[in-house]
Amino acid sequence: MSTTYNVIGTRPIRHDGADKVTGRALYGADLQLARMIHGAVLRSPHAHARILRIDTSKAEALPGVFAVVTAADFPPAPADKIVDFGEGDTLLSSLRGNILASGKVLYSGHAVAAVAAVNAHVAAEAAALIEVDYEPLPCVLTAPEAMAPGAPILHENLPNGNVAELIRYEMGDLAAGFAEATVIVERELDTATVHQGYIEPQNATAFWSSDGRIHIWCSTQGSFVARDASAAVLDVPVSQVKVTPMEIGGGFGGKINVYLEPVAAMLSKKAGRPVKLVMSRRDVFTGTGPTPGSRVRVKIGVNDAGKITAAQAWLAYEAGAYPGAMVGPGAMTVFACYDIENVLIEGFDVVVNKPSTSAYRAPGAPNSALATETVLDEIAEKLGIDPLELRLRNAAKEGTRRADGPRYKRIGCIEVLEAMKASPQYNAPLPGPNCGRGVAIGFWFNAGLPSSATLSVNADGTVNLIEGSTDIGGSRTSLSMQAAEVLGLRAEDIHPTIVDTDSVGYTGVTGGSRTTFATGLAVHDAAQMVVEQMKARAARLWAVDEVSFSNGTFSANGQSLTFAQLAAQLGATGGPVSCSATVNPKGVGGSIAGLIIDVKVDPETGKTDVLRVTSVQDAGKAIHPAYVEGQMQGGTAQGIGWALNEEYFMDADGDMRNGSYLDYRMPTALDLPMIETIIVEVPNPGHPFGVRGVGEANIVPPLAAVANALYRATGKRLNRVPMNPATILGL
Amino acid sequence: MTVTINGKAHQLSTAPDRPLLDVLREDLGLTGTKYGCGEGQCRACTVLLNGKPVTSCLTPARLADGKSITTIEGLATGDRLHRVQQAFLDAEAMQCGYCVPGMILRTVSLLEVTPHPTDAQIVEALDGNLCRCCGYVRILAAVRRAAQTTDGGLPHAE
Repeated sequence: MSTTYNVIGTRPIRHDGADKVTGRALYGADLQLARMIHGAVLRSPHAHARILRIDTSKAEALPGVFAVVTAADFPPAPADKIVDFGEGDTLLSSLRGNILASGKVLYSGHAVAAVAAVNAHVAAEAAALIEVDYEPLPCVLTAPEAMAPGAPILHENLPNGNVAELIRYEMGDLAAGFAEATVIVERELDTATVHQGYIEPQNATAFWSSDGRIHIWCSTQGSFVARDASAAVLDVPVSQVKVTPMEIGGGFGGKINVYLEPVAAMLSKKAGRPVKLVMSRRDVFTGTGPTPGSRVRVKIGVNDAGKITAAQAWLAYEAGAYPGAMVGPGAMTVFACYDIENVLIEGFDVVVNKPSTSAYRAPGAPNSALATETVLDEIAEKLGIDPLELRLRNAAKEGTRRADGPRYKRIGCIEVLEAMKASPQYNAPLPGPNCGRGVAIGFWFNAGLPSSATLSVNADGTVNLIEGSTDIGGSRTSLSMQAAEVLGLRAEDIHPTIVDTDSVGYTGVTGGSRTTFATGLAVHDAAQMVVEQMKARAARLWAVDEVSFSNGTFSANGQSLTFAQLAAQLGATGGPVSCSATVNPKGVGGSIAGLIIDVKVDPETGKTDVLRVTSVQDAGKAIHPAYVEGQMQGGTAQGIGWALNEEYFMDADGDMRNGSYLDYRMPTALDLPMIETIIVEVPNPGHPFGVRGVGEANIVPPLAAVANALYRATGKRLNRVPMNPATILGL
Repeated sequence: MTVTINGKAHQLSTAPDRPLLDVLREDLGLTGTKYGCGEGQCRACTVLLNGKPVTSCLTPARLADGKSITTIEGLATGDRLHRVQQAFLDAEAMQCGYCVPGMILRTVSLLEVTPHPTDAQIVEALDGNLCRCCGYVRILAAVRRAAQTTDGGLPHAE
């Protein structure tokens, strides 16, 4: 039986739309404050070097300069202190070392010092006057090289050379499983470092007031995470820091970490004025976290019936300069779509002399799914089974146990595969020679984490929604719709505001596909509290015990009041109604996504044209279907860019040679056809409306789907992403 | 120098080679025009100079002397959105919204020259405007929608 909703599943216009089409929306760099000054950051030209001396005297003497900071201005970081980023923890010493280098620089672009001056030009001039003496050291740039004996060592304190962490998940009897197999395929695939590529560069403005309070304005995916991380780096209590999240121009995982915030704060402390720091595009490429390059080896055995009998994976991910390569999620998701008894997964988190990596949309999962899904494609071909049929025979379902431990509750793997099989694209012929069709599926956990919301009823019958989730893709509206559904109102009757960290309960990052799920749950709970309080007011008005509420109308004994009519009488029945809820949800529902892609390859030039794409995803319940489609199309397009084009070109000295949009080519309107979408809805039992979360799983299948399509078009199994013309032609 | 910005004459004093983007954002507070790359590759900084789209990050201020500039702030007439703004709103053609000012201004100029563009012409016009949320499907739909509505031209075009 399907539930009928009034608001959920409709497509109201977004609350922040008018601000965004008129240029009124204020992003971080748009902030202007009285007496504000501007900063610049000096970055390392070396990928690996010892810092012998930093002399800031010439910079400090330049007229117009207010302050210069280096690592020496920051409190020391205890060796074992951890900072909680919500989605993952990090060592304070790593965070602190990445913000301003001390002792050694670990990548080209590593921040070394910063200046605040009357304007950005003077600040840049002053930064260039800072003298740094380096002793260059040999650098190492890929995981296999960094794991080899004799490799240059980045951190003396790691127990296994450059390997920061070993992960091992084991289940069943691997050898017995492979012994049962009649077909075994093993492949090793590499992926290059790629960047999230958000168009708005990182920025932060900070004012360290004379009373010790620190106010930070920034573009961040999580204002509370930015607050907590900044407080940890500055070694002040969290209550001393207030973060005001500005509008954010894309993040995709890359705006969870802090880079500039503590530096701006320290500059402000020294200068006594608000300080604004804004990155250039090159700073973004070389100074913020891309997503790891990787080498992944996968071996899968199947029996004659097409049932997987054993699966083994070996993953080495490049963490960049500090530990934390997201190899954990890569390892947990590598076989997550399938019901397999005998599994061994080994993962290695490897530090290299590249920028410290950070999350990028389902971090770690596309790299590992690439190997699994291409191996399955090859097995399907060997067995003469349709590739979707092979997946269906092995699909994870309710009760399937993943190698890392959890058993699935309801999961939409079979439903997604069936939708792919039934899709118009899968049943259409390819247009001609040199064309190929590839399919792949992928899994992402989605996150829970705490969220808070406050709803206040206005006398005119509208409701103010106060929340702390930064809105990157329409969450103001997807949250308002959930409030409206409970309250029997229209989405436009809810007025959402995203407030600073002093003004709402703790709220985790807008990441992990969690906002519509978790903050939505907080909004739902607060709305139910509003309904209860409003019922009590109606009961008082009518002198009855029981009041019912349905479709926005309160009624009892033949009397009724609409929500707005009752809202107008709140003053006379006890005063305003305002309710807050904080949740820490456990009922997270993972999402499965699938992709069908048709390509045509020019055999002369190796150029790939994408002809047709269908993205399928289990949303649980699509609150605002247009936003769900937008996430599916966005993740798919990013994944296709990753598969075909994007890559950090590093020279032998570890310098990024394509740190600009001219040379780091991301997909444009011309590169992609219409991306068709099929939303599958297998409700998540852990959310009142069934929401799972849709931001990430869609980027997992594209690498493998493109690889499989290219194989069908060219007859070649490629072992390296990006699968650009040079790779395709074997150059 | 004298520049007409969003229909209003301004006397500006600035270094002649300073990027027009900085003059608009820093001196005039017109922060709707965005920095994305500083080298004309993302077109988030697009403004109309005498009705033609330019990347303001690469345009020296001196080139605006005696000319007319339209920024995203100058498109609406009072509370009434320009039809291209309305189309982007109605088509839900944004996720983070950062590329939207540049996309809208590029579309305005396209429709001034080519009121009924083909899909190929739309793609060609917007090809250099990067959207990393990759909302191209919706953006192209918004342009088509704008082309189907007839009211509202460029209010400050000469």
